[in-house]
Amino acid sequence: MNIKQSINNVNLKEKLTFNCETGNYHTFCPISCVAWLYQKIEDSFFLVIGTKTCGYFLQNALGVMIFAEPRYAMAELEEGDISAQLNDYEELKRLCLQIKQDRNPSVIFWIGTCTTEIIKMDLEGIAPKLEAEISLPIIVARANGLDYAFTQGEDTVLAALAQRPNLKNSECLQKQEINNYDYVEHLPLILFGSIPDPVVNQLTLELKKQGIYVSGWLPSRRYMELPQIYEGNYVCGVNPYLSRTATTLMRRRKCKLIGAPFPIGPDGTRAWLEKICTILKIQPIGLKEREDEIWNKMFNYISLIKGKSVFFMGDNLLEISLARFLLRAGMIIFEIGIPYMDKRYQGAELELLQKTCKEKKVPLPIIIEKPDNYNQVDRIRDIRPDLVITGMAHANPLEARGINTKWSVEFTFAQIHGFTNAIEILELVTRPLRRNQKLQKISSQQYTDRR
Amino acid sequence: MKLAYWMYAGPAHIGTLRIASSFKNVHAIMHAPLGDDYFNVMRSMLERKRDFTPVTASVVDRHVLARGSQEKVVNNISRKDKEEKPDLVVLTPTCTSSILQEDLQNFVNRASIEAQADVLLADVNHYRVNEMQAADRTLEQIVQFYIKKAQKSNQLDINKTDEPSVNIIGSFNLAFHNQHDIAELKRLMFDLNIKINTIIPEGTSVQQLKDLPKAWFNLVPYREIGLLTAKYLKEKFQIPFIDITPMGIIETASCIRKMQYILNDKKVNVNFEKYIDIQTRFLSQSAWFSRSIDCQNLTGKKAIVFGDSTHAAAMTKILTREMGISVVWAGTYCKYDKSWFEKEIGDLCEEIIITDDHNLIGDLIAKVEPAVIFGTQMERHVAKRLNIPCGVISAPVHIQNFPLSYRPFLGYEGANQIADLIYNSFTLGMEDHLLEIFGGHDTKEVLSPTLSVNNTPFEITWNLEAQSELKKIPGFVRGKIKRNTEKFAQKKQLKTITLEVMYAAKEAIS
Repeated sequence: MNIKQSINNVNLKEKLTFNCETGNYHTFCPISCVAWLYQKIEDSFFLVIGTKTCGYFLQNALGVMIFAEPRYAMAELEEGDISAQLNDYEELKRLCLQIKQDRNPSVIFWIGTCTTEIIKMDLEGIAPKLEAEISLPIIVARANGLDYAFTQGEDTVLAALAQRPNLKNSECLQKQEINNYDYVEHLPLILFGSIPDPVVNQLTLELKKQGIYVSGWLPSRRYMELPQIYEGNYVCGVNPYLSRTATTLMRRRKCKLIGAPFPIGPDGTRAWLEKICTILKIQPIGLKEREDEIWNKMFNYISLIKGKSVFFMGDNLLEISLARFLLRAGMIIFEIGIPYMDKRYQGAELELLQKTCKEKKVPLPIIIEKPDNYNQVDRIRDIRPDLVITGMAHANPLEARGINTKWSVEFTFAQIHGFTNAIEILELVTRPLRRNQKLQKISSQQYTDRR
Repeated sequence: MKLAYWMYAGPAHIGTLRIASSFKNVHAIMHAPLGDDYFNVMRSMLERKRDFTPVTASVVDRHVLARGSQEKVVNNISRKDKEEKPDLVVLTPTCTSSILQEDLQNFVNRASIEAQADVLLADVNHYRVNEMQAADRTLEQIVQFYIKKAQKSNQLDINKTDEPSVNIIGSFNLAFHNQHDIAELKRLMFDLNIKINTIIPEGTSVQQLKDLPKAWFNLVPYREIGLLTAKYLKEKFQIPFIDITPMGIIETASCIRKMQYILNDKKVNVNFEKYIDIQTRFLSQSAWFSRSIDCQNLTGKKAIVFGDSTHAAAMTKILTREMGISVVWAGTYCKYDKSWFEKEIGDLCEEIIITDDHNLIGDLIAKVEPAVIFGTQMERHVAKRLNIPCGVISAPVHIQNFPLSYRPFLGYEGANQIADLIYNSFTLGMEDHLLEIFGGHDTKEVLSPTLSVNNTPFEITWNLEAQSELKKIPGFVRGKIKRNTEKFAQKKQLKTITLEVMYAAKEAIS
């Protein structure tokens, strides 16, 4: 009996199974978060303090963006820095003054790397002193490959931002709109997670329809517009990889976290909105109709993927939410690989995943933390899923072996949140299937000998 | 510390991995933190490789930081040994492991007791050498290892092949137009009736390395990677080597003459002069092409050249000696190779620039305002910004420099390709210039998709928010989105377009 059958034969289990493998998997280094964060925070500058290895990664993984005169750079450590012949403080001061002069940012982010960890460079200690000396805010985030994977880089940056005391000058910006009759009275709500501005507007409007006012977003479009965060405010995340940020907001800023599924897919968006409404004691209106409308619109895509199977190799922590949405859309999930699983922060999402499985009468998928890519490829060969969602290191080799793949990185960069963008996810998921349907006339599926 | 936005050459471990993964059945294990295995992405994406890249990481995480790698590296080596059964495992240090200062050699010694495969520690220092130097050294290291191994077991055959033969040292993955160059070199050797003994490292098994001494001479087409190996083989077995890059008509001829000299020296009487003459005048088009009327227009045009030392030097020679184009300055980012570079082209250009600072190069280009640039992808982007035509002649490169069609830079066909590249860069520049003089293409903004103006029943306005949202949409789709939104508003009889209307329109259409 192969694994496919055995998975089908398992009775509908009540509890999710979590496994942990060796952690030998491919993912991007968390410093890659500068790629989207410097675009999001328009008046920022990101300085990655690391080696040539880090620089080469940014330059190669982020391709074209590097040529658009980005607001990020490497502080490339040389032998003198490693052996402490040079003074860290003086070196960083020199570079930051140069950045201040050339780019005039409102804030400089220092991204700590593996090397600064190993040589124990005291970035958190140096930053406040230098900040005072050059009168420019400096925020330190340790987004290194020793501790984190890919999107968790954003988490470290946002957690560092959340720790900053409120900025004085952004106060006036916020109060103006609040008396508007469109809104119900409720405690302030701040959303966290970096998403493109159009998506910010879309989600803000969805909440406005329920009479909910969003007091601010972490991060905001400009550093100077960071929201005022006070004790007792409500906070809610839009991305599944922001557990440190959530913890920081709860413990350091004494905010109340709304633990909701994430607004990915129409089911996720509805559940997210409903949970926020419930907590703010508002009766949600029109959400079911809205969700149905979106599902109807996606009919063509859904008929393509119905009954097809998916395997997540796991590299960006969006896996649970995406799997939950695809299950609802009628797909079968064999395995959800994920770099790191925070069962508390993702609690509501996991619950929704279980509920979805139950309603769709499909077995619960296995969740594999810190997967082992070699073993996974073995399992993929056995199961032969219809689609493997994986990183770019494995995509071409798997395609050559006749297995449809979708690069997982695209989900990080595409707009996938909210009702409006649900269709984008299916556009991505079905692309390999649609493409390969068109290529069917080329005889062989396999383009390599199996070794 | 150095403020850096971009770099021409990668870190040392990339060089080692390029060599290791070029050989057949060699596995590299990096001692590195999570995320440092992006080499696999580069190889799989740029070269569109069908096979899994034989590189894995022995992950350095918090635990390793606290307690050392202990058994981890050894276990990873023996695991790969069992899973993949490689001939050789190369343990690759990274910048991280070089500061941890763990005794990696000790792990290698321990692992090689158990493993079926040979195990080597790549001898590269992250903070002293770059990608190319590391690749050069790793190739030499592996060759030495297998020569010594064969010597020990008395399997080394140093008798020359019966017929004249050559080793080509310089075939690797992620190199600039390398596959095509190697094919062209093979063809050249076939024409000259020289047998190919081995081509290393791409696609070659390490077991074949013991045959290297059987060749009559070695050819090193690119000076960045392979020279160390050639020098070692010369010192050890007195095998002469040629390090003239056969790029361009003149250099190809001198490379062939050097082969002739070596063969005659070994008492094989050959004369390649006739071959050179026929190839130059009839088979290759580039010599005639540069005499043709069209190319008169290029005389005295200003060009600048930048790249690795092999390609930048060869290109400078072609531009000045074969095309009559004046090179204002030529430069390389291979700083360690300065003296060779100066010696080769010192009298062919007005100035020589040796730097790896792309900002400096950008500034120098802007100052000179050449008619054309030949450089790397970085110079291409500078060129785009300054509106100067550019031909890419050297790594670092993007995926479009791994073409599927036959595009060598070496040999006689290579000369054709380069002539096209040079000429096309110029005509494009000229065309652009003429367009500007005559007011360019149709510059009017297209408002409706049809050529005739359709009647709008009522005026539609965009409110401020919606306008600023529209501005954020990338230029090439903005017009389409604007039209679609207005069409939607028209249908719904809405006079003002707000953010809500925009998103509603998006949903309705997608």
